[in-house]
Amino acid sequence: MEPVKELKKQQTQEKALKITGAEAIIHCLLAEGVNTLYGYPGGAIMPVYDELYKFRDQLHHVLTRHEQGAVHAAQGFARASGRVGVAIATSGPGATNLVTGLADAQIDSTPVVCITGQVPRHLLGSDAFQETDIIGISTPVTKWNYQITRAEEIPEILAKAFYIARSGRPGPVLVDITKNAQFDSLDFTYKPCKGVRSYKPVPQPDLAAIEAAAHLINQAKKPYIVFGQGIILGKAEAELKAFVEKSGIPAAWTILGLSALDSDHPLNVGMVGMHGNYGPNVLTNECDLLLAIGMRFDDRVTGNLATYAKQAKVIHFEIDPAEVNKNVKVDLALLGNAKETLALLLPKIEKKSHGAWLGEFHKKYEEEYEAVIRRDMKPDKPGLTMAEVIAEINKATDHNAIIVTDVGQHQMVACRYAKFRQSKSNITSGGLGTMGFALPAAIGAKMGAMDREVIAIAGDGGYQMNIQELGTIFQTRTPVKIVVLNNDFLGMVRQWQELFFDKRYASTVMTNPDFVKIAEGYHIKACRVSERADLAGAVAEMIACPDAYFLEVKVEKEDNVFPMIPSGASVSDIRLK
Amino acid sequence: MENQWFTISVYSENQVGLLNRISGIFLKRHINVESLNVSKSEIEGISKFTIVVNTTEDWTRHIVSQIEKQIEVIKAFYHTDDETIYQESALFKIGSHLLFDERQIQNIIKDSHAQIVTVSREFFVLAKTGRRHEIDQMYHELEPFGIMQFVRSGRIAVTKAEMPISALLAEFQQA
Repeated sequence: MEPVKELKKQQTQEKALKITGAEAIIHCLLAEGVNTLYGYPGGAIMPVYDELYKFRDQLHHVLTRHEQGAVHAAQGFARASGRVGVAIATSGPGATNLVTGLADAQIDSTPVVCITGQVPRHLLGSDAFQETDIIGISTPVTKWNYQITRAEEIPEILAKAFYIARSGRPGPVLVDITKNAQFDSLDFTYKPCKGVRSYKPVPQPDLAAIEAAAHLINQAKKPYIVFGQGIILGKAEAELKAFVEKSGIPAAWTILGLSALDSDHPLNVGMVGMHGNYGPNVLTNECDLLLAIGMRFDDRVTGNLATYAKQAKVIHFEIDPAEVNKNVKVDLALLGNAKETLALLLPKIEKKSHGAWLGEFHKKYEEEYEAVIRRDMKPDKPGLTMAEVIAEINKATDHNAIIVTDVGQHQMVACRYAKFRQSKSNITSGGLGTMGFALPAAIGAKMGAMDREVIAIAGDGGYQMNIQELGTIFQTRTPVKIVVLNNDFLGMVRQWQELFFDKRYASTVMTNPDFVKIAEGYHIKACRVSERADLAGAVAEMIACPDAYFLEVKVEKEDNVFPMIPSGASVSDIRLK
Repeated sequence: MENQWFTISVYSENQVGLLNRISGIFLKRHINVESLNVSKSEIEGISKFTIVVNTTEDWTRHIVSQIEKQIEVIKAFYHTDDETIYQESALFKIGSHLLFDERQIQNIIKDSHAQIVTVSREFFVLAKTGRRHEIDQMYHELEPFGIMQFVRSGRIAVTKAEMPISALLAEFQQA
């Protein structure tokens, strides 16, 4: 191209657009590739909603029924799509209603950008109507937050917000924008953020440490992998599979690592943690080398730290240096993205199989099968078990669904028994344990993966914590499937009361409404099952339905989830009953 | 592991809200900040927090890595007292008549190497820079005569070893 023409082209490209702050926000979202966002309007965010109206052909705003629903939907979207989820709310209560979702996204490393309106700059600190210090409130539960008080700050700060949310270890970012900054004009140009000078998102892999790791792996007699969400967030599924297959090392997963490796992979030995599988927990204390990949040694995974894998050398593959030696002291840290680290490590390890060692996992599985799984799957009593329902869903979806769970017994059962072939298919509130997560997160998950079957599974307690989002499903005609496993109890708390509080069922008995009628009130097809004979048909009908569908399954009221590591006990003291 | 005094030095961008973010890290872990000082650093535009805590080295290491994780923080270090040169400053406001009525005060001023910052008919102000125990000692010596006002600053410290912030910043900018 001729130099003059080239220059002219550059000038046109860089010519600033004179627009309002509110319109600039929309342009920023579009520039970041956002096509769907979740929110709820209100006074301090109205200029942005006015622009959302003008841009409604390009940007799909989903009106949730509560701001908590909006942020969980944004999380579900992010977890299913691998992209940044966006939620928007007004000042004051709109903003504070986001806090649970922010905390959830923070502890589960979910990339979310929340935009909140704020009172005009001249009213800041005056206790104006719907003023709240959301920056102060959200600071401990965000990866980053910022208050914009001038329109000109909008492009740079939003670019930075998206960059920070998705880079390195992802997390939630909140940007609070005063109303005057939404109304005022600015010269708009957008440059995506490429870096922040004080922030290094991904540490450089240390090649000497990788050599040392390869040596330990090649020497190990009973090596054992526990992987977490770092595989999914780092898009390292193929690298993990190649690594597992070449090394022949049995691999277990944390609740957030679930679905990163095919459930039926011969080296996938199951779940670790409080309600994980028997072998993966017990054998943690028998391995000689523990490879912890993209996981953070949560207390629900480790049990008592004083007796956790003390006999083993531990290698921690971790993107966040602050996680290394936080809970478990490790022998070697491989800092960096798991995708890169595993790829560097792969050629340095020997091809092996650990048949006898893998056999120990199989033996332990047999014990667990006899003591727990058989009873869960083929109960000898009339009441339905939660596991039976999950098994039917596995069958009806051929292991291809995205399962979004809430928190409690059903969550543990779903994670134990649901089968997956695709990554990003298990969406649950792991670290924070947020009841009410599943229904709104499923809406976001469906919109983030329209070609996938998305099934929300909740208990009767958590379902009612965000049940209002049925309205969102109805209005947007989002074809999510909703399964409530109803035992008329807050089941997990009841289980603890039974085991540790002498069956004093304090405030765990639920008198529930007619859930089918409620769903039907929102014009969602609904069905209730309480007999085993009807279960398979009902699940099949739900999956066959092209629209949203609600299925209530009345399950055994006082079933417990086993195995179980009692709080504070060692992984090797896991109970089968 | 025993509790010890540690000086945490944090180099950061100068941004509203970062103080809140850093103090939250201590709050979340129920650790008391013994002293805090924020100032400019040796690098143009970069702030320096000097935070003193009394806790175990494990906790201190843990806190430092959490601080370092904050977006606007460039680098955080921790050091024991032996590894730093550190001081605090204090101001004492005392009634001027005491200078004439109580001869002992003049000796205290001389022995403590305090400076007289200002003198008026009503009061005079002494400034003392030194270790905590030196300031405490001076406080105890002056207290019987009546101290009108007293204030002590947070600890400021430099380390005996190098803190390679400029090199780190250059590396960050390349990345």
